[in-house]
Amino acid sequence: MKDNQEEQNWDLIIKGHSSLFDLNFSDLWRYRDLLVMFVKRDFVSFYKQTVLGPLWFFIQPIFTTIVFSFVFGNLAGISTDGLPSYLFYLTGITSWAYFSDCLTKTSTVFRDNANIFGKVYFPRLIMPLSIVVSNLVRFGVQLLLMICMMAYFYIFPIAGTSFHITLGLFLFPILVLLMALLGLGLGLIITAMTTKYRDLTFLVTFGVQLLMYGTTVIYPLSYAREKGYGNIAELNPMTGIIEAFRYAFLGKGEFTAASLGYSTVVTLIILFFGVIIFNKTEKNFVDTI
Amino acid sequence: MSKPIIKVENLSKAYQIGQIGSRTLSKDVERFWQTKILGKEDPFLKIGETNNRSIKGTSNIVWSLKDINFEINQGDAVGIIGKNGAGKSTLLKLLSRVTSPTTGQIKVKGRIASLLEVGTGFHPELSGRENIYLNGAILGMRKKEITRKLDEIIDFSGVERYIDTPVKRYSSGMYVRLAFAVAAHLESEILIVDEVLAVGDAEFQKKCLGKMGDISKSEGRTVLFVSHNMAAVQNLCNKGIVLQNGMNHFQGAADKAIQEYLKNSADITSLADYKGRSGTGIVKIINAKIYGENQFVEPQVGQPLHIELELYNPSKIDSSQIRLDLKIDDNLGQRFLWLSNYLFEKQTVNNVTKMIFKIDKLILNQGGYYISTDLYVDYKRADWLQSAIYFEVIDGDFYKTGRNIPVEESKIYLDFDVDFYNK
Repeated sequence: MKDNQEEQNWDLIIKGHSSLFDLNFSDLWRYRDLLVMFVKRDFVSFYKQTVLGPLWFFIQPIFTTIVFSFVFGNLAGISTDGLPSYLFYLTGITSWAYFSDCLTKTSTVFRDNANIFGKVYFPRLIMPLSIVVSNLVRFGVQLLLMICMMAYFYIFPIAGTSFHITLGLFLFPILVLLMALLGLGLGLIITAMTTKYRDLTFLVTFGVQLLMYGTTVIYPLSYAREKGYGNIAELNPMTGIIEAFRYAFLGKGEFTAASLGYSTVVTLIILFFGVIIFNKTEKNFVDTI
Repeated sequence: MSKPIIKVENLSKAYQIGQIGSRTLSKDVERFWQTKILGKEDPFLKIGETNNRSIKGTSNIVWSLKDINFEINQGDAVGIIGKNGAGKSTLLKLLSRVTSPTTGQIKVKGRIASLLEVGTGFHPELSGRENIYLNGAILGMRKKEITRKLDEIIDFSGVERYIDTPVKRYSSGMYVRLAFAVAAHLESEILIVDEVLAVGDAEFQKKCLGKMGDISKSEGRTVLFVSHNMAAVQNLCNKGIVLQNGMNHFQGAADKAIQEYLKNSADITSLADYKGRSGTGIVKIINAKIYGENQFVEPQVGQPLHIELELYNPSKIDSSQIRLDLKIDDNLGQRFLWLSNYLFEKQTVNNVTKMIFKIDKLILNQGGYYISTDLYVDYKRADWLQSAIYFEVIDGDFYKTGRNIPVEESKIYLDFDVDFYNK
């Protein structure tokens, strides 16, 4: 009897094999302060190390937008659904950048933090979560740029183009969440696999770039449909999100509840597998990396 | 009071050695099929092999720990001792959940804070204060907990003046002090400390040891301490666990454990494959054996000491051409002794293969010491080894009075006398 009682008193049992679904979210919650610390660290260290500081946040999207407008708009002549081409590209780039940042940065979590993971325990999931939150800062700054551009084009409209904000704006938090979770989920799967199969890292940067062309960043979905590739673009869960994003801010885009629903379901499935695989890997990756 | 707070049951940890990176998907699939679907044992693990690094195993799996069992009671200060590769670090890693066991389990009551490295996660750009929060959070403290203890931490670290300076401008000593201060103020029931005390100056080391002593003795918290420094283990711990080749060799009172460990660790240092040497190599030191009165006795304060050096001498050089200097430093790098055959005229011996330095009465106080050797053949440096040989001196009765010089006061003993007079 006494033995039984003692058995129940243990706070923690460290075992080799635990079930796949042993996710321990309460632990994650207990370490929430750490998440805040990591985000703060990322922000401060980024801000302190560069001369131009957060200005970099602007430079990248501006130049990408200009190049895209020139190459795809002027040279290739791909339609922008009657939107000012700069705005069209900027909305796509801003949202895509957030997704791809979340994906690429989380995809190297194990490798980048091998040292700290090898020395101390904390729920490993804190680290990718902090990355996703840190990236929100950058996303916010770029969003600000986008809004400034919208204001500019509202005051000085380009002939033949028009845009307007819609009620879809209320979906904005959900869209951001979806982008974050989709990037996170894919990143978790990749980082878990790269602990064993290193070569996957090369695929990531390359793959993300390719994937962008399969998303409606540089062309509207309607244009893809016209050319007969609409279905392929729609398979991509990011398409629904970006279309909804564009619809919310600019009033154009093939936004339907079904496409967003599809994106949500895919995101949740990927996230689910990502968390499970990550959780499985975190226990022993220190031995193999 | 003496309730078990940690219970380790049949704990084992296997490591795969060799090319881990070349693991193929097909092998993984096979393993998965065998273990998960058919429920058989893992085909790539061979049971019963022990972890002995000097013998090449037949499989590429090494058991770093094998069937470890022990219990630790609340308030104990336990020293985990063993030679390099005995599994100490693996045990700590398992206890601190950095990696998980292959088989067996560990049951724990309360929180574990582990200090496998000082200053994990310190960010050079952040100030000392910010790093206290960051490091504290990494070690599992809540923000308000850190805020409550902030003054105490800063005070202990002694870097008050620079607390708002980025830590990249800190000296390494300040860095370590700050980091240890954070860890020492964790409110965990169990504190695990690896040999982090090897850094920092002597005064701070003493402070750390003192703090750890407080933690276990007055606060009643449990401390697990891994060290090569037997003196520190003796001072700090009341229990000891000796690991040998990944197995539990001995557990019990700290002094018994230290004795057991020393009995097993005949201080033979094999230097044949030592890499960090320089010189012509005409004559080389290939083995060093250090012992007390005879080969079965540990070096002890006030007792004889023998330093036996085996030489590789293919050119059959005789003793008149050889000069060997031994320099003995303590583990903080302070030089204490300089011995050399150059000081004496000795009868020539042909084809020398061994030299023995004999000290009648060892004047070094207890602790660890390193020997650097400098061997000359015909005034040319033939073999130079920096701090390659390590030995430990255990406490002894130098004055035959049962009274000793505290090691903090002096590292050396001296034969002397004192008398009283009244004119």
